[in-house]
Amino acid sequence: MKMNDLAANAQTIDFKLNGDTISAFEGETIIQAAERHGVDIPHLCYKEGYRPDGNCRACVVEIKGERVLAPSCCRYPAQGMEVASNSERAVLSQKMVVELLLTDVPKEDLKPGANELFQYAAKLGVTGSRFHMRDQPKCDVSHPAMDVNLDACIQCTRCVRACREEQVNDVIGYAYRGHDSKIVFDFDDPMGDSTCVACGECVQACPTGALAPAKKAYQVVADKQVDSVCPYCGVGCQLTYHVKDNTIVRVDGRDGPANHERLCVKGRFGFDYVHHPHRLTKPLIRKPGVTKTADFTVDPTRWSDVFREASWEEALDFAANGLKKVRDTHGGQALAGFGSAKGSNEEAYLFQKLVRTGFGSNNVDHCTRLCHASSVAALLEGVGSGAVSNQVSDVDLAEVIFVIGSNPTSNHPVAATWMKNAAKRGAKLIICDPRRPDLARHAWKYLQFKADTDVAMLNAMLYTIIEEDLVDREFVRQRTSNYEALRENVKGYSPEKMAPICGIPAQTLREVARTFAKSKGSIILWGMGISQHVHGTDNARCLIALSLVTGQIGRPGTGLHPLRGQNNVQGASDAGLIPMMYPDYQRVDDPAAIERFEKFWGRTLDHTPGLTVVEIIDAACEGKIRGMYVEGENPAMSDPNANHAREGLAGLDHLVVQDIFLTETAYLADVVLPASAWPEKTGTVTNTDRIVQLGRRALDMPGDARQDLWIIQQLANRLGCGWNYAGPESGVAQVYEEMRQSMNSIGGISWERLEAQSAVTYPCRTEDDPGQSVVFTENFPTKDGRGKLVPADLIPANERPDDAYPFVLITGRQLEHWHTGSMTRRASVLDALEPLAVGSMHPLDLDAMGAGAGDTITVASRRGEISLVARVDEGTPRGTIFIPFAFYEAAANVLTNPALDPFGKIAELKYCAVKVTKGGEIGKLATYGGGQSYSDEGKVCRVEFAQAAD
Amino acid sequence: MTEIAIPLSKIRRPRRTPKGRQVDPAAREEIARLLEGASLEPDHLIENLHRVQDRHGHLSAAHLTALAEAMKLSQAEVYEVASFYHHFDVVKEGESAPPQVTVRVCETLSCAMAGAQKLLDKLPQLVGPGVRVIAAPCIGRCAEAPAVCVGQHAFGHATVEKVVDCVKKGATKPVGPHAHDYAEYVKQGGYNTWLECVNGKRDVESVIKTLEDAGLRGLGGAGFPAGRKWRIVRAEKGPRLMAVNIDEGEPGTFKDRHYLERDPHRFLEGMLIAAWAVGIEDIYVYLRDEYHACREMLEREVAALKANAQARLPRIHLRRGAGAYICGEESAMIESIEGKRGMPRLRPPYVAQVGLFDRPTLEHNMETLLWVRDLIENGAEWFAKHGRNGRRGLRSFSVSGRVKKPGVHLAPAGITVRELIDEYCGGMLDGHELYAYLPGGASGGILPASMDNIPLDFDTLQPFGCFIGSAAVIVLSQHDRARDAAVNLMKFFEDESCGQCTPCRVGTAKAVKLMQESKWNRELLEELSVAMADASICGLGQAAPNPIRTVVKHFGHEV
Repeated sequence: MKMNDLAANAQTIDFKLNGDTISAFEGETIIQAAERHGVDIPHLCYKEGYRPDGNCRACVVEIKGERVLAPSCCRYPAQGMEVASNSERAVLSQKMVVELLLTDVPKEDLKPGANELFQYAAKLGVTGSRFHMRDQPKCDVSHPAMDVNLDACIQCTRCVRACREEQVNDVIGYAYRGHDSKIVFDFDDPMGDSTCVACGECVQACPTGALAPAKKAYQVVADKQVDSVCPYCGVGCQLTYHVKDNTIVRVDGRDGPANHERLCVKGRFGFDYVHHPHRLTKPLIRKPGVTKTADFTVDPTRWSDVFREASWEEALDFAANGLKKVRDTHGGQALAGFGSAKGSNEEAYLFQKLVRTGFGSNNVDHCTRLCHASSVAALLEGVGSGAVSNQVSDVDLAEVIFVIGSNPTSNHPVAATWMKNAAKRGAKLIICDPRRPDLARHAWKYLQFKADTDVAMLNAMLYTIIEEDLVDREFVRQRTSNYEALRENVKGYSPEKMAPICGIPAQTLREVARTFAKSKGSIILWGMGISQHVHGTDNARCLIALSLVTGQIGRPGTGLHPLRGQNNVQGASDAGLIPMMYPDYQRVDDPAAIERFEKFWGRTLDHTPGLTVVEIIDAACEGKIRGMYVEGENPAMSDPNANHAREGLAGLDHLVVQDIFLTETAYLADVVLPASAWPEKTGTVTNTDRIVQLGRRALDMPGDARQDLWIIQQLANRLGCGWNYAGPESGVAQVYEEMRQSMNSIGGISWERLEAQSAVTYPCRTEDDPGQSVVFTENFPTKDGRGKLVPADLIPANERPDDAYPFVLITGRQLEHWHTGSMTRRASVLDALEPLAVGSMHPLDLDAMGAGAGDTITVASRRGEISLVARVDEGTPRGTIFIPFAFYEAAANVLTNPALDPFGKIAELKYCAVKVTKGGEIGKLATYGGGQSYSDEGKVCRVEFAQAAD
Repeated sequence: MTEIAIPLSKIRRPRRTPKGRQVDPAAREEIARLLEGASLEPDHLIENLHRVQDRHGHLSAAHLTALAEAMKLSQAEVYEVASFYHHFDVVKEGESAPPQVTVRVCETLSCAMAGAQKLLDKLPQLVGPGVRVIAAPCIGRCAEAPAVCVGQHAFGHATVEKVVDCVKKGATKPVGPHAHDYAEYVKQGGYNTWLECVNGKRDVESVIKTLEDAGLRGLGGAGFPAGRKWRIVRAEKGPRLMAVNIDEGEPGTFKDRHYLERDPHRFLEGMLIAAWAVGIEDIYVYLRDEYHACREMLEREVAALKANAQARLPRIHLRRGAGAYICGEESAMIESIEGKRGMPRLRPPYVAQVGLFDRPTLEHNMETLLWVRDLIENGAEWFAKHGRNGRRGLRSFSVSGRVKKPGVHLAPAGITVRELIDEYCGGMLDGHELYAYLPGGASGGILPASMDNIPLDFDTLQPFGCFIGSAAVIVLSQHDRARDAAVNLMKFFEDESCGQCTPCRVGTAKAVKLMQESKWNRELLEELSVAMADASICGLGQAAPNPIRTVVKHFGHEV
């Protein structure tokens, strides 16, 4: 338990420490009470927040009346106890422990300034050792991210607890025994060959630098530390950048509400993309006569083949004039903007304001369309709000944790740690996914249902709950509507009937349904496996129904939680970066909202909902959309049927792209505006838990790159918006405050409050409102205040496998790479860990093709074809192939099907028919990816004309 | 744009599989077959490792990976346990498996004094290929030193010829003791007392009172009053568990094996009475792996008991150690029963409150339970009337070393070592005079012949920096050196330290180095001893300096 948690407890115990009477909180150990009273007892294996283990014995104290000394990290004071940490007897042992440990570590300090052993040696006056040194083990530098220097290991097992009890990655063990005892990875394997997922928690935990960031990062003394938030997924981990000479040297986890110092490989080691030489540092204008085609591979080092450098003045004028020309010739409906869920709330707010007031249309959207649009559609319909009802941390309060269509250890790694912690303490984890996720090992039940049969499986559970009278009648009566319709509908879905369809035995379906319904608290978390189907909205409706009919919502440890993908996908949607809503989900066709925003922004607004991402691309292909402004998105890689998307983008009259790298989308631009990476700006982001968090600028931008917020304003003003946001960091605070005025949900979260607290949960109406972590406690924000039960029937995937295309393609992410790879494939560690595109298949399917792991395979759909390396993975079901979409040399979205869910307009990225054959030629690799940024030559990528892969 | 590509040398190949070692399908099938009928709960990890080791002679990485998957454990969790215990041979990819037969030669003090080193030197050349000879810590046959274990066949008075003969004949199976079986025991009135208890003819209070009046104490070494322990655990909230410690590993101790081999049901009856008195539903019996023959016998006899018992039995679980002295420590044993590394727990909380599977646990040494039936039937006075020099009761001394009749001798508590040698052990061996003795195994310290008149019992030896522990008396003569004994013991502790806490893990290793110097750095050794005794987690580390300190004190001339 942490001290802050203890302070709330009023019970105290008085005891004597070194002669003085001090007061401990109940549940506080001697060492915690001592520290709070300014007495520093030496300690090494004890780390606040971790389970105390009491093995190093540096913290021993003398307790009057006891035969031997006691470890103060594990002992609780009793009323009247007399404790001495500074008695001759206690100090002798403390010093001896430190001397023994000091004997066996190198003189060289592997963690300068923070080596806890050296610090306590100095404090206790232990200057050397009178003992013989042990035989020292060799260093292990097999891992790109971390060095293992076991010669500096003091066997304190903080890393074991970090890996096993905190992150529950279960890679590190304490093996052998006695003086041979050793920290090991798996079976005493080199770290780089082990199951290590490189979360780096062990490095953060290690007191001596025995586990250290690679390339001697600890030896660099940072000149500043800047507190910020991780730029990757929606979990929203707080972190600290250690910066030296405008370079990030390393990253530590910070004690934020979502992560409590934990990070994953991306957050901790994936930061150096910001320093990559491919960074755009000058505005670029397309050279006259260079045609745009859909078929290309970008080599960012050869930007000058296509572009010329320009001044900001010229580039901004050029960008704005092009858009203006389309607007003035074809009307605002011919323009569209893609903002980004990677940008800040302020950027999202200004971007949609620009489109709505500067372009004059609602054609503004972002990648949320490709992730949770269907979930949001179902949630708005069912419970009146698209955001999560309960935070991830509620898994700790739940008895049943139901995770479906989500692979959190890869996609929300730190959120997954809380689920694993909960499973360890006895919560029942139910995992449903056609691909076996790593989390399945911790599951009470793992349901490997057939892809595309979500509704069948979930309806069978609803059937069981209704048939076996497990419905929370009181809740259904008081707080829901349309129950009769649901009950009628599920009559046709008995588990016995659905079992052959979904592939899960009826008995299991019933057992899971019963357990879910009866538990004291059941929480549902889901991901893209639910949403990215043509029946994504129906899938989500079933989950909502499951939650409502059992009354498992509106309390701590229950609820609905669609795990948000991007660091700010929640915030960007909240801020109105979607075509049908203004900020705070006020509909663009709602007269009251129109009135409010026309007044607020001083403009007449378009009253019809705009086009969504896939619709905009379709419209571009049809020539209806003629100009676009894309900020930080890469639709040429991320959109389904990518060739089609590229054709659409290539056909535009005018394309303005604002990004930090020359992406596939930027490659098709008429003008490219070099923007800011996350650590180069200040702004807020909202995580999956509805927590608004402040990121602070840690770096200056490279070259002539500019902050996104500044660029948006410059363009807006050139389109006649007349904005003026004053103040530092491109006026971010003013933008935030304007946004806050338009959003009741964050009304109580002022900029000052964020600066002071770093993180505040919304809804938060007033300055003294702590923020509501659990919503829907009394009613739902629907018209009648009730949750609406919406029945769903079976709709097959748009493109089922057939003789010509017999396999199912599932796309998704992998742990190391983010979306289209533009950042992570330039992050040296991440690139080294997953250097090339791979397709994961079941070993028997590979066998049947006469192929093996590591062979090149070719995957073709009706829309395109890619070749990549086969990875054998027993967790991939027979008849399917899984391909992450981050790799330009084998872009998975070349294959995917743009068929849409009718409600959420989300594409069916999780299911299409493909054929897989052995052989093929892997796509050409440009000057990033393939582990290039990790290579010894460093980050300079030289172009040679050779075949990329063997 | 011109076609682009980069040199192959700059490209890293992606992994062919998900991260780390993958399960080999063939190994998965083999493990599935081996584990048929076995529990996959995590506490059965050691049991399941035994299944693999017994079947294949080693634990291959492929099998361990498959086992981890089957038991839903991480690879690290399996590996750290497998690598902790002496009796598991982990073989990684590319390493060769150990030979089919292993000859373990005990090298601990009594056997070392009886010439174990000679066996270790000569045997490797004589046993031939397919056999390995390794040194092992005490195997509990000190009265027949030097002792060896060929495969699972343990015997004493080992000679090179005997071992070679054994290997040649393939005599590697345990050779069973001829114990009183269930039928014989019952015929002689066995289990009647237990039945009287469960049938309400005796009451708990009177039974506990008898134990208290007799002064029965824990005979594993700590000497905690047995009756009081029953009361404490009985007062805890259920479900309560019992753990029986037959992991006697203290060098020089073999009394538990002695009794078990002869009269197992007397102990089992005591165990059932304890379970009845304390209100226990599940009993875990932890037997050290060195006692293969006892295990077979115990499995057989417990099965007979289960089949024939005249009243409802608590569930009895037999658990097998895997070669680790530290598992004789009560909380380390609990960890081991839970399928983990045998690392002692910090106390508080005490085992009686938070023990096995975090439940209140009555933990007893086997011999303590052995006495329960006799005490109830004969009354407290029958036991308490014994004793010398003001002490009360009987003690089972395991005597080894330079005496004529080594073995288990039931003698009055408080007897002196001189009396014990003369009256029970037939005197010193010819040509040997008492020079020194260890009153309590490896941890109990070393005393000189001049102090041969101290009553041997709990509490009597503390003033001399020693203790009786499990009453393992090792007798040294003028042909032995106390310092050699101390170094032998410290090496034993170094090897057997669990590796958890600094004073013990590092301290024992540093002490061995210092003790091997011709002239001891007494000041430093004393400072180290103080820290080990004061700051170690468990009795092993706390008592490990006893040999150092008593040698410095009583045999200063040697160091």
